[in-house]
Amino acid sequence: MATTYRNCPRTGLQFDTAAEKLMRWNAVVGVVFLLVGGIMALFVILTRWPSVKLLPADQFYLVLTAHGVDMLLVWIIFFEMAVLYFCSSTLLRCRLATPKWAWVQFWLMLVGAAIGNYAVLAGESSVMFTSYAPMMASPLFYLGLILFAVGALIGCFVFLGTLVVAKNERTYEGSIPLVTFGALTACIIAIFTIASGAVILIPTFLWSVGILKEIDALMYRVIWWGMGHSSQQINVSAHVAIWYAIAAIAVGAKPLSEKVSRFAYFLYILFLQLACAHHLLSDPGLGSSWKVLNTSYFMYFAVMASMIHGFTVPGAIEAAQRAKGYNNGLFEWLRKAPWGSPAFSGMFISLVSFGFLGGISGVVLGTEQLNMLMHNTFYVPGHFHATVVSGTTLAFMALTYFLVPVLFKRELIAPKLCALQPYVFGISMGVLSLVMMGAGTLGVSRRHWDMAFSGAPFQYEWPGAAYLMMGLTGIFGVIAVIGGAMFCLLIVGSLLWGKKLDEGKVTTERTPFPPNTVAANVSGHGDAEHASVPGTVVLAMLLLVSFVLYYFVNWKYLSEVWGLS
Amino acid sequence: MAEDNEIPFMQRVLDNHFLLLFLGIAVPTVLYIIWGIMEIIAIPVAK
Amino acid sequence: MSAILPPADRLWWKQPIGKQEWMWIGLAFTWAMIMFVMMIYWHINGKQNLSTETYKSTPEMFAAKAEKFIAENTVRTETDQNIPVVKANDKGEVYLTASLWKWWPILELEKGKTYKVHLFSMDYNHGFSLQPTNINIQVVPGYEHVVKMTPTQSGTFAIVCNEFCGIGHHSMLGRIYVK
Repeated sequence: MATTYRNCPRTGLQFDTAAEKLMRWNAVVGVVFLLVGGIMALFVILTRWPSVKLLPADQFYLVLTAHGVDMLLVWIIFFEMAVLYFCSSTLLRCRLATPKWAWVQFWLMLVGAAIGNYAVLAGESSVMFTSYAPMMASPLFYLGLILFAVGALIGCFVFLGTLVVAKNERTYEGSIPLVTFGALTACIIAIFTIASGAVILIPTFLWSVGILKEIDALMYRVIWWGMGHSSQQINVSAHVAIWYAIAAIAVGAKPLSEKVSRFAYFLYILFLQLACAHHLLSDPGLGSSWKVLNTSYFMYFAVMASMIHGFTVPGAIEAAQRAKGYNNGLFEWLRKAPWGSPAFSGMFISLVSFGFLGGISGVVLGTEQLNMLMHNTFYVPGHFHATVVSGTTLAFMALTYFLVPVLFKRELIAPKLCALQPYVFGISMGVLSLVMMGAGTLGVSRRHWDMAFSGAPFQYEWPGAAYLMMGLTGIFGVIAVIGGAMFCLLIVGSLLWGKKLDEGKVTTERTPFPPNTVAANVSGHGDAEHASVPGTVVLAMLLLVSFVLYYFVNWKYLSEVWGLS
Repeated sequence: MAEDNEIPFMQRVLDNHFLLLFLGIAVPTVLYIIWGIMEIIAIPVAK
Repeated sequence: MSAILPPADRLWWKQPIGKQEWMWIGLAFTWAMIMFVMMIYWHINGKQNLSTETYKSTPEMFAAKAEKFIAENTVRTETDQNIPVVKANDKGEVYLTASLWKWWPILELEKGKTYKVHLFSMDYNHGFSLQPTNINIQVVPGYEHVVKMTPTQSGTFAIVCNEFCGIGHHSMLGRIYVK
């Protein structure tokens, strides 16, 4: 079967038609699971809202398990498969390696996700996303996850294969684009993630069917988090790549320095995955050296990398905007940014939320001793809703707004609602993570059905502020669910009823990169091009000051609790 | 076009995708997984 | 659109880095080192470091020690379940057992004294969450964790279980008195 290519008349991007179909299907299935996970989110939030408390305990733990699995794994990894195919075959203008294997990826992941969901919804597997042994789920739960992971692994190999194809067929000259390099980082971390998952889930599956007698609980935690936390590091790498991509697409931003951005990704490749240790800081049996070195991503080099991306992405936007003449004051470039475009606004809210809320809280939470103040409290989901939802999911949503006309060849329906959606979702999710972290700071537990401890031999009364925080969690959680539902409806609506757009020519001829485009030319001038980015410097300093203050406030708080040694 | 031998070392590392893949698997496997498992194995049995 | 195009300059590694970027990289690096040193500093000079003293154990082995401890040191019982209230033994040790869905027994400690708290789970993972002080420690089955604790306030403290452990998880509440 000959490979055919389509040139998008709106963006000039070239799609391998086989790859394009795969991107569409992976993205659509991702959004469907986002919808399922979102419905679960509504039940979770309405139960944890103390004055509503909708579901009984067993159903609460069931929907919480489904919410975790569908959001943290299924939605995000399906979408990431689309991103990997886009960043390889589309951005490198080459054919996708082995589209047939890519379909095996799709079907394995779909069947795995379906089996996993069935196992949870049937009620035998309310073990939470983490499924800590020796708490046992039904064998189908582990089987579903294993199939899903094998599928994702195949997707990673198709991505790597496509890089090889592009190199051998010389479809590009020199180095791969920065965004593709980011996707490569995500892919490398994904392979480590899936390998860890296989090492622990396969024995756990054998244990659940009675072949193995025992799974060591601590060993399980160490290796499981090699999957559970790294899977979120795939997201970080992927959504940073998407920030760079959207900045490039929406305002024509180009990286301030290829060297700096790529080196920051290199630090991710080496060290980001060590942060799996964040979940084990309050565990017995693991030594302090292991904890300190791993939790700090080897001396915080990956945090440094994130801080660099957090500077270079807005810096690139500022430089591009200033080049267009938005030069007044510190922030005209920001005020005159395309805030009405959901791709841009979603991306920028994702950037700010990830940095200020997710990043800072993550480092504090991942500090060995400070972790004892927050381990397993509501602070933890507060933190990761700022990273995985405000950061990753919102960035993926932003990219989807860009992909609907390009990939699905449909106009977005209700453009005003589309423009509003990132604000509704982004702001409510930001406040939600803040109040969740507030409740966690007051000690409220995560994964806990009843703040009143009904049936306990005695009582403990949470501070009034904790109830207030949980009430606000309920309110902003519901708004966030509405924001998420808006996204699903707008996208599905656009795919079904959006005006059909010209799909452009389909040929069997590959079109090479246009030589010496304006954008390509100016990026070559290096230092001469170095625009000053004072606004970004101010934003970055604001981040650093908040970071330092919040960090030391927590040490102060720690110094006041009981002595531990 | 620059000749390959003019390309700085670090750029060649960053362009070598499979070297990056190796490093990205090896570093966490050694520092996190293997070291972590060794820590667990070294835990003494209670008296 | 250059982030989505191959770098135009083949030798991009040789392009110089702007001043503002260097400044930010320097700050980020410095801050990274401060945070790293802070954890080590706290191990030397801080008063809140989680003990790493851990032993592999079994429910039978631990239950034998814990029952002996309770039998020898109980001062009274409380609630209609007759939960023993237990003081530390003369070596300053206490044994606290987590199981579905209770913390056993109630502990009675004194402010300012240092205790060796032996934490153990009989079944699933549990979470030792001391409230309202807010200290949180994972309790992993199969491992006896010996944590040295020095209460700094007196009063009645709750031990909330904050690791999901099944349907009765929310009712798993323990108690520590500090005099």
